[in-house]
Amino acid sequence: MKATVHVMLKNGVLDPQGEAVRHALGALGFDGVNSVRQGKVIELDLADDATEDDVKAMCERLLANTVIESYRVDLG
Amino acid sequence: MKAAVVVFPGSNCDRDLAVAFKAAGADVQMVWHKDTDLPAGIDIVGVPGGFSFGDYLRCGAIAANSPICGAVKAHADRGGYAMGICNGFQVLTETGILPGALLRNAGLKYVCKTVGLRVETSQSVYTEGYNAGDVIDIPIAHHDGNYFADDATLDRLDGDDRVVFRYIDNPNGSLRDIAGILSDNRRVLGMMPHPERAADAGHGGTDGQALFRALVDRVMIA
Repeated sequence: MKATVHVMLKNGVLDPQGEAVRHALGALGFDGVNSVRQGKVIELDLADDATEDDVKAMCERLLANTVIESYRVDLG
Repeated sequence: MKAAVVVFPGSNCDRDLAVAFKAAGADVQMVWHKDTDLPAGIDIVGVPGGFSFGDYLRCGAIAANSPICGAVKAHADRGGYAMGICNGFQVLTETGILPGALLRNAGLKYVCKTVGLRVETSQSVYTEGYNAGDVIDIPIAHHDGNYFADDATLDRLDGDDRVVFRYIDNPNGSLRDIAGILSDNRRVLGMMPHPERAADAGHGGTDGQALFRALVDRVMIA
């Protein structure tokens, strides 16, 4: 089973990398980019009997730091 | 005083921290990240700077889940002393021993220079050798030293006098200029600047020496 975990900085947490990307897009002439948020995508190849709760536990324990990050799990 | 210094793959300030502890009069043992227990009779655990596990995933995240960190957490939960410097601070926040998190520097640059810190409280074994309000010069060297915590946590840190050091000229975007904090029992210290790099005349500055001396004197008496 495949699972994809999206980890993003929470709203309200400064994302200086996203801000730098926004500036760079503006410098390239792409107008109208109001904001950029940068995160990470983690792909997991799991045993067939793994559940969404298993993946959420992985996120809570290691994959995300919930002090600063939120996560979303997509299965399949 | 007996000190243990944790060594992870990628630690690079472990020996510097051991030298600073020894110079202040402590017995020092190095402990490997795969160890599941601290040596018997350890008074303080030092979690050093560096790039544990290559900063993969998040700075300190892999190290925080290593076997030795279970023992460090148990030590802290028992009321033991522990201090994390730079990457060690990141590790201690990732374990949940200290609140908050260290984000990428606001300027996105790795910053390596000596900065001024204001000692905010002398009410800890780490800062009894200073007076509140003292300004000391301590080197920083980090890419992810931007302290973040929610407003309620920041208010609690301020209200409980748990912010030990603040930057005079904030180099990384840390909220409320925070450079170092204490645990709620004031026995665990986390700080981004490197006092062990200002602990010998050969370093070009000795403002960090008082931290190690006060710690060794005080913990020996206790």
